[in-house]
Amino acid sequence: MPLLGIIILNLPLGGVMRKTTFWLCLALFMAQICLVLAPNMNNTGPFFKFDLIIDELSRVVLFCIALVSAVSLLAGEQLIKDENRKFNFASLLLAVVAGMNGVVMVKDVFSLYVFLEITAVASFILISLFREMGGLEAAFKYLLLSAVATVLMLSSVALLLLLSGDTSFAGINAAIITSPHSHLIMLAIGLFICGLFIKGGLMPFHGWLPDAYSASPAPVSILLAGIVTKTAGVYSLIRIMTLVFVFDDPVKYVLMFVGAVSIVFGALAALGQSDLKRMLAYSSISQVGYIIIGLGCGTVLGIFGAVFHLFNHAVFKSLLFVNSAAVESQTNTRDMDKLSGLAEKMPLTGVTSLLAMLSTAGIPPLSGFWSKLLIILALWLSGHYFYAVVAILASVITLAYFLSMQRRVFWGKTGNEFRGVREAGIYLAIPALILAAITVAVGLIFPFVINMFIQLPDIIALPAGRQGG
Amino acid sequence: MDSQLIHLFWTFSIYVIMLLIIGGYCMLATLNLVRALIGLEILMKAVTLLIIAAGYVSRHPAQAQALVITLIVIETVGIAIAMGIVLSIYRHKKSLDSRNIMSLKG
Amino acid sequence: MESLILIILVAAALFTVMTRSLLRAAIGLALTSAVLSILMFRLDCPMAAVFELSVCAGLISALFFSIITITEPLTPEKVEEERRARMTRFWYLPVILVIAGIVLSFLSVSIHLKLPVPEANNDVRAILWHLRQLDLVGQVIILLAGVFGIVILLKEAGKKNG
Repeated sequence: MPLLGIIILNLPLGGVMRKTTFWLCLALFMAQICLVLAPNMNNTGPFFKFDLIIDELSRVVLFCIALVSAVSLLAGEQLIKDENRKFNFASLLLAVVAGMNGVVMVKDVFSLYVFLEITAVASFILISLFREMGGLEAAFKYLLLSAVATVLMLSSVALLLLLSGDTSFAGINAAIITSPHSHLIMLAIGLFICGLFIKGGLMPFHGWLPDAYSASPAPVSILLAGIVTKTAGVYSLIRIMTLVFVFDDPVKYVLMFVGAVSIVFGALAALGQSDLKRMLAYSSISQVGYIIIGLGCGTVLGIFGAVFHLFNHAVFKSLLFVNSAAVESQTNTRDMDKLSGLAEKMPLTGVTSLLAMLSTAGIPPLSGFWSKLLIILALWLSGHYFYAVVAILASVITLAYFLSMQRRVFWGKTGNEFRGVREAGIYLAIPALILAAITVAVGLIFPFVINMFIQLPDIIALPAGRQGG
Repeated sequence: MDSQLIHLFWTFSIYVIMLLIIGGYCMLATLNLVRALIGLEILMKAVTLLIIAAGYVSRHPAQAQALVITLIVIETVGIAIAMGIVLSIYRHKKSLDSRNIMSLKG
Repeated sequence: MESLILIILVAAALFTVMTRSLLRAAIGLALTSAVLSILMFRLDCPMAAVFELSVCAGLISALFFSIITITEPLTPEKVEEERRARMTRFWYLPVILVIAGIVLSFLSVSIHLKLPVPEANNDVRAILWHLRQLDLVGQVIILLAGVFGIVILLKEAGKKNG
């Protein structure tokens, strides 16, 4: 039971157990993956009288959380040399995972906020773990913006409390449907969404994202990019949109607009980057824009595409960050202008990076292709031709900047100073392989297993269909 | 009776908005990192007031208090971590000027 | 009666922001917390008021004082010119506030809505913890994480220095 996992998760492993920390965490994450995949996990009620949801959507995200956390842990094992720091890293990693598990499983707006805040606080500390100036600066900016997001979300909660006297999802939903105060409701929804936009790093409020991704230590970047941003921002959006708030037109237009702006801006900004991680950060903004635009579309296909893209993005963005961590650890630089021709020396990294890149850009038969196709189809079918065209064009730009990165970093002649570079260590190679394998496998078998995922939209389609999506 | 409560809530909201302006202005217009944190604190207090007012007007003071207490705990932890970061920045740069931390542009 | 307290609250916050020395700003923050706590007492929220008073007006002020005394910001000459530059910016604030206050008070009449207010169902707050256990777990987790983080940040800071 992930619930029990959360409880165990935060015994911060008192100082005696430093050596075994790593394996313990790894075991926990594996346990979480297995539990999620087991089909009979829908009732945690009897233990603690908590009110949790574990439906299909939660399971997908729980799986992603466990996967990316395991990857991040492995990377940390490889890249953090100091024993003390490894221990700190692992403990904070557990805190972040506990927070995110909570976010995924709650049924109450305020509890959502509480767990979001746990995740945020733990991430602050993680970002500044190495105490370099870059990390501290990024952590501080993230902190300020996150606090602003907090204020927005909480004022929304206050308004909702006023309207409904209750903060659970069901209560708020009932109150919104039956309440005549449309202005207040719109205000509350707007505030909450803006808060979530900040947390998720979407266009109007993405200020903290590039710095945080590029300046944090490598395993932390993997964690941040792979799940924290997406769970905190995007999953929450999906959840509240479909369960709580009335899903009508103005909201959808706002979502689609913000999504489109994020896609374009992220793609264009990524073109001009020379720092590897920063480029990946802007690319993340772009991809999350895809998810939001799919969500804003409102049809079953759109939402399904959005969730699937969420899963895919977790996989391939983590893969890209793992590769960048490998490159950085072996060559001590992130500047793409200086790197060249690493493919000879690091064949594994080169190949997996190529795979991830193609998946991001949406090339068949990899998994990214399917999710982007679904989103674009959904946009087209529901009549938003302009947005569909924008999405397709941005895909092309995505391909362009990734190809340029690939060319610069991996192909071409090996520069003189890189003679001594070896392949990345074993702890980085294994996650890379696993993630790449998942990308390819999902892409290939997707048409056959689409039925497995169809249960997902049933949960979501009900409220969406009811509001006339 | 109801309209009176509404009017009360609106009065509170005015003051909350003013507090938000104060806090926001403080955060934006200061060069000193610690002062930015103070501004953040003022923002949180404004939201606390809003929650309490909402609870009072909707006659659910119990819920509002539960939220506020949790909020205060979280806020305290957040501020403590923020101070830890500010302290670390200070030990690096020997100064609390926020212009020092604008280096990661691009 | 509440309006008076509200005005005092805003005045205290204003003082906190506009005062020149950081130390006085921290005192102002504590003062603002105290006024807020009094306000909460009057609004039927005694327990939250006590919490706010003890934690915010106490603990956070202690934190601020310690950090202010640890980090001496600037040398005396630079202090003066910094302050002068800053005060010219900060004079906008009361002006904005007064304008905003007047504008907002004129807007008040437009919200005569019928409020479908659900009745209060609990008056003892202890009962409420049965509904909010998950938040309690969350608080425990965040406290642990926070303590851990502080220890990490401060310990390493000391080690890096020496």
